[in-house]
Amino acid sequence: MTVTTITDAQLAPKDYSSDQEVRWCPGCGDYAILKAVQKACAELALVRERTVFVSGIGCAARFPYYMSTYGFHTVHGRAPAIATGIKLANPDLDVWVMTGDGDGLSIGGNHMLHVLRRNVDLQIILFNNEIYGLTKGQYSPTSRRGTRSPSTPLGSIEYPVSACGFALGAGARFVARSVDTMHTHLVATLKRAHAHRGASFVEILQNCVVFNDAVFDHITGKEVAADAQILVEHGKPLLFGKNREKALRLKPGTLELEIVTAGPDALVHDETNRSLAQLLAGLEPPFPAAMGVLYCNPAAPYEQEVYAQSGSATGNGELDALLNSERTWEVT
Amino acid sequence: MVTSAIPRSGREIRDSVVIRFAGDSGDGMQVTGSQFTLETALAGSDFSTFPDFPAEIRAPAGTTFGVSAFQIHFGGTDVMTPGDAVDVLVAMNPAALTVDVHDLKVGGTVIVDTSAFTERNLGKAGYAKNPLEDDSLARYQVLKFDITKLTADAVKPHGLTSREAHLCRNMWALGLLLWMYGHERSHTIEWLKRKFAKKPVIADANIAALNAGHAFGETAEMPEHLVGYVVPKAVARPGRYRTVSGTEGLAWGLVAGVRAAGIDKMVFAGYPITPASALLHTLAHLRAYGVVTFQAEDEIAASGAALGASYAGALGVTSSSGPGIALKTEMLGLAIATELPLVVVDSQRAGPSTGMPTKAEQSDLFQAVHGRNADAPLAVLAPATTSDCFDIAIEAVRLATKYMTPVIVLSDGYLAHAAEPWRIPQEADLPKFPVSYRTDPEGFHPFLRDPETLARPWVKPGTPRLEHRIGGLERDYDSGHISYDPDNHARMTKARADKIAGIARDIPLQDVAVGEDHGALAVVGWGSTFGAIHQAVKIARDEGRDVSHIHLRYLSPFPRNLGDLLKRFERVLVPEMNNGQLVKLLRAEYLIPAEPLSKVTGKPFRVTEIVQAIRNL
Repeated sequence: MTVTTITDAQLAPKDYSSDQEVRWCPGCGDYAILKAVQKACAELALVRERTVFVSGIGCAARFPYYMSTYGFHTVHGRAPAIATGIKLANPDLDVWVMTGDGDGLSIGGNHMLHVLRRNVDLQIILFNNEIYGLTKGQYSPTSRRGTRSPSTPLGSIEYPVSACGFALGAGARFVARSVDTMHTHLVATLKRAHAHRGASFVEILQNCVVFNDAVFDHITGKEVAADAQILVEHGKPLLFGKNREKALRLKPGTLELEIVTAGPDALVHDETNRSLAQLLAGLEPPFPAAMGVLYCNPAAPYEQEVYAQSGSATGNGELDALLNSERTWEVT
Repeated sequence: MVTSAIPRSGREIRDSVVIRFAGDSGDGMQVTGSQFTLETALAGSDFSTFPDFPAEIRAPAGTTFGVSAFQIHFGGTDVMTPGDAVDVLVAMNPAALTVDVHDLKVGGTVIVDTSAFTERNLGKAGYAKNPLEDDSLARYQVLKFDITKLTADAVKPHGLTSREAHLCRNMWALGLLLWMYGHERSHTIEWLKRKFAKKPVIADANIAALNAGHAFGETAEMPEHLVGYVVPKAVARPGRYRTVSGTEGLAWGLVAGVRAAGIDKMVFAGYPITPASALLHTLAHLRAYGVVTFQAEDEIAASGAALGASYAGALGVTSSSGPGIALKTEMLGLAIATELPLVVVDSQRAGPSTGMPTKAEQSDLFQAVHGRNADAPLAVLAPATTSDCFDIAIEAVRLATKYMTPVIVLSDGYLAHAAEPWRIPQEADLPKFPVSYRTDPEGFHPFLRDPETLARPWVKPGTPRLEHRIGGLERDYDSGHISYDPDNHARMTKARADKIAGIARDIPLQDVAVGEDHGALAVVGWGSTFGAIHQAVKIARDEGRDVSHIHLRYLSPFPRNLGDLLKRFERVLVPEMNNGQLVKLLRAEYLIPAEPLSKVTGKPFRVTEIVQAIRNL
């Protein structure tokens, strides 16, 4: 399909905003994410008519209504499937899937698995607030054990899924993590995700101010962030701490990471190494949480391969030839 | 088998014949049947075929549940079903005999391979004694040939292993049957050469077996009282013909429909399920015709990808059988709410739940018409015959795109696999209904309705200045924005209902397939029962009964004259392969005392069953 591009001379972030009133709770982390996405769109100079935001159901799924691009608010968990159909119909469209921990990892877990392994060229942005917000606060598949909620008054006894660990296990070729409030980091991460051809998966730790407030404070709090987070960058040593005095390295003779004093033996981040990405994705206290692009190892996107195959299809494309393609006989 | 008195050139004339080839799954009965069909078609007969194969992929050899059969009914006039009762049964082993002999007419012919009637095979088929050696088959004409040995002798010069030689038995049987009906072998020989082009020895051996079976009939080896037959050619409308199965008809009709609509791409998304997968397989070969097929991770994703494709401006098509359609329900709701075109093919099978996947039923009518949460109307069509599958698929595309709605096509496992001759249409003669995508931003909102069809505009993402958001939340009639306004919801519910109801103005009036448009009795059917009802009504009319056949292809909405038409009959009988679904819709819609005739055995109606029901009224 040829797309006529109108000259959107240098759009500002606000130009990606629709005329709809935003209806998230005051203080919700989603506002910061919306702002970051709009900033990224502006910096990437995305053409609005070629951009489609697709969502399922949940607080995060309201996202498309607030963008001035094309948008499709679909069915709970199914946005990856619908986005796949959009890309199969028109690979030229720039498609973003906006999802949450319940939408993307519970009811839509199967679709998430398959869209990642197929490597459809999408940006999949998962808002992880470790809770069901729109249905008023039930525990989610990413809720930690012990989470008390209306459906788990005695505390959840389930083990949570790691969003990034799941994505890597599913065969995702771009996996990153950021935080709603880390504006600059988040915008940069979204831009990296957009640059990646194929399925790019971004987990955003997002604070639900009403049902799960402060659930990430031990990672994102100003006082603790330097020690509780490690910002990974390809080719750079894995350092963290207020003075970048701490480092991660492979514990000799094992496949585990350990914390050591920064020095020449600090592990250097290699975003093309899936095993390292899994180790980083799974870090839990006392280790710092890994932020940034954990894994990036592109391959040809699914829809590109579909159309490459179509080139070698048999038949001449003429209906009459198709209908007469096998044994026929004449009645006179 | 109607026998005519005039023998010609040593052959007796038969108006029509029903033959069933039955054997083990590995005996090649489907191939045998298909080749017999081809030679029958090329000999100029009308025909209708039906394969009946086991659910098990490779059932243990010799078992009754591993029996695979292929039935063909052919003749000079009006062949509309695969036939009630069998004239000639070819039983390649005892299991095939015990499973299929009950459908053989009294006095019918059964051809058996004596070598297969070993103690072991008899045991597997549940025979305590060899039925070839007692009088249990006395009602039939039993032709006992050692097909195994005759085949082995015929293929000997080609140096096959005994297993390879055994696999040629079906060609020997085919050769004999082709001789019996005076059909040619040449097209089968050509086909064998093509199929085994890389293994010429196997091709030659199969041809030798085919020729040997034919020569066996030709020479004096046949019992004296058995002669060959002649079946007259059918009188058909001039034109070019081919064999078509329901699956092929649907696949090609979808392609034709998308072209007629001027849409550059069809995205067909499916998930493997019996008996619907054949449509996915058929379309997967049609990339060159603008078809992209997608095997999704589940039924839900298949419907989602199809809907996503429609949202992006292609035609989304998804397909399944009853249990899979159930999973697509939620996506149908979204398609209805967002008013996007979508074609859904349901190859109905016997249920509920997993039910009997390889057996046909018409029991998804309620699911198609009403099986969704909330007030969620859509259009429902049903092809009457395998060739009608092509036309119905085109019509489904027309209605889906013109009215921006999902359309469900109710096929079934019988239509999917059955085959009949089809007069090949030319694309130039097919209807054209080009869609127009909205590109004008002036006064645009996504739910602006066409005053005539009530359809909303179809906008391809990528179109400048028409950026908009749609979704499953209720939307304002006048702006398309999210709305929880109570009166607006009532208005939107009505708009969705009116849009589908309005399709009745755009479809043909209901016609009468056989008989008058008023009278004592209307037999009303839908879907694949067409042939059986048609024949039954003709027989009843020949008996002097005042009866007409009305067959519905549009089930939602009904044709606008249907109520008036049915009210002109004193009684209405509704034969269906379900527990009474159309009959309830007709009663509910028109307040008429329509009466059910249900059959839920997983097998199609026999003509005689419907004739009997008409007589008993």
